[in-house]
Amino acid sequence: MHAPLAPTTHLPIGSDADLAWVRQQVRKTATDLGFGLIQQTKLVTATSELARNTLVHGGGGHVEVTPLRAGHVCGLRLSFVDAGPGIRDLDLAMTDGYTSGGGLGLGLSGAKRLVQELIVDSCPGRGTTVTVTDWASGLPAPRTGTR
Amino acid sequence: MAEQHDVTPEVAQELGGFLEQRREQIAQRWADAALFRTVFTVSRDEAVEACKAVVDALADVACSGRLEDIHAPGFDTVREQLSRMAATRAQAGFSPSQVAGEVAGLRQPAAALLQAEFDDPRAEHAHACALALTVLLGTLRLVVMETTVNSGEALIARQREQLLEVATPVIKLWENIVAVPLIGTLDSARSQVVMESLLEAIVHERARYAILDITGVPTVDSLVAQHLMKTVAAARLMGAHCIVSGIRPAIAQTIVHLGIDLGTITTRAGLADALAYALGQQGIVVSPSPAAGAIPR
Ligand SMILES: Nc1ncnc2c1ncn2[C@@H]1O[C@H](COP(=O)(O)OP(=O)(O)OP(=O)(O)O)[C@@H](O)[C@H]1O
Ligand SMILES: [Mg+2]
Repeated sequence: MHAPLAPTTHLPIGSDADLAWVRQQVRKTATDLGFGLIQQTKLVTATSELARNTLVHGGGGHVEVTPLRAGHVCGLRLSFVDAGPGIRDLDLAMTDGYTSGGGLGLGLSGAKRLVQELIVDSCPGRGTTVTVTDWASGLPAPRTGTR
Repeated sequence: MAEQHDVTPEVAQELGGFLEQRREQIAQRWADAALFRTVFTVSRDEAVEACKAVVDALADVACSGRLEDIHAPGFDTVREQLSRMAATRAQAGFSPSQVAGEVAGLRQPAAALLQAEFDDPRAEHAHACALALTVLLGTLRLVVMETTVNSGEALIARQREQLLEVATPVIKLWENIVAVPLIGTLDSARSQVVMESLLEAIVHERARYAILDITGVPTVDSLVAQHLMKTVAAARLMGAHCIVSGIRPAIAQTIVHLGIDLGTITTRAGLADALAYALGQQGIVVSPSPAAGAIPR
C-alpha cells in the first residue's frame, strides 16, 4: 500500500557507537523527508530507546530504515531486529516502569507514545522485531539557520 | 618432492642456521634501511643492535619450524620493538601498507647473502632455502602489520579517553557555584566522567550549587534522564543542589511523552536563569540589565 520512496538501508546495532550513528542517520533521514523539529526529536528519541533495547536485551542486531510515501505525504519505517531471547510477556514489557534490568522501564512504553505506530513482533527464544512507522505531519520542517 | 609452498623441516633448520651464522652481516645491511635508521637515531650501533634482535628472532622461528605462524614464540622477543618501529613510521606519516612495504624490502639484502652461500644458486636446494626465507619474511610483515593495527586501536582508545576529559569541563561561575555544559552524546562512559568531575569540583570549589546545562545534548532518552537523575542525587549527597538548564521545547515535550518524571529536579530554561536562581538562593539579587530604550538615569 505504502510504496517505499527509497530503498531500505541496514545499519548494524552492536555497540554504543552504533547507537549514536543510528540516531544521527534517522535524524538526517527524517529531516530530509520533511519531519518537523518536534516530531524529529520524538522519533530520534524512540529510535534511541528501541536501538538500545536491541543492543542490551536482544544482544545486538540491526535496524532497517525505509522512507515511505503515500500520496503527498512522506513517512519513515524503522524495524529494529534482533535474534535475542524475545519477550515472553509483551503486556508486562509494555507497562510503564517494568524493567528486567536496572532501567527506568520507560523505553518500550515511552517509544510507543512518541510515534504514530509501534508494533512488537517477538518470538520467545527466537528474537524480537519492533517496527515503528511515522508520517511527516503537514507542517513543513522549519529551516535551520534562518530565524 | 614436497609441494612448492611447503618448507621441509630440514630446509627450515638450514635457514635458521644461516640466520644465526650471518646475523652480523644481515644486521649491518638492514641498519641502513629507513625502517631501522629513522627509528633508532641515537647511533648506527643502536640500529644494528635492533636489527640483530630481529635476525635472532627470525632464526629462532626458523629453527622451530613455524615459518608461517605469526604467533610463533620466537617473535615474542621483538614484538614490542616492532610495534615501536611501526608506530614511529606511522607518526612520520607512513601508511600501514607503506610500512609493510618497508618490511618486505628487508628480504632482498638477506636473500643476496643467502644466495652467496651456495656454489650453484640455481640448484633446487638453493631455491628451497630462498623460498623459505621469503615465507619467513612474509610472516614478519604480518607480525608488523598486526602491531600497527593494535597500536591504531590503542591510539583511538586513547584519543577517546582524552576526548572524554576535554568534553566535560567544570566551570566555576561564582563563589559556591559550578557549571558543566554538556555537549554531544551522553553515553554511559561520558556520564560517568561527568559525574566524577562534577563531584570532584563540588568538593574542590566547596560548591553549594551545580548547574548541568544540556543545551548541547541532542537526544534525551530514558538512559540520559537516568544519568542526570543519578548525578543530581549524588551531588545532593555531597551537599550541593543541582539545577538542570538548557532543556529545549522539543526535548521537554519528548521527556513528557516518554513518561520521565523530572519533578524532583530543579530546572531552568537557560544557563543564565539557572545562575540567577542559584545566586538568588544565596541572597544575591541580580537586577536585569537596563533594557534597550530604557531611560538612562
Ligand atoms: N529487544 C528486546 N529483546 C528482549 N527483551 C526486550 C527487548 N526489548 C525490551 N525487552 C524487555 O522489555 C522490558 C521493558 O523494556 P523497556 O525499554 O521499557 O525498559 P528497560 O530497557 O528495561 O529500561 P529503560 O527505561 O532504560 O529502557 C525490558 O526490561 C526487557 O525485559
Ligand atoms: Mg529500554
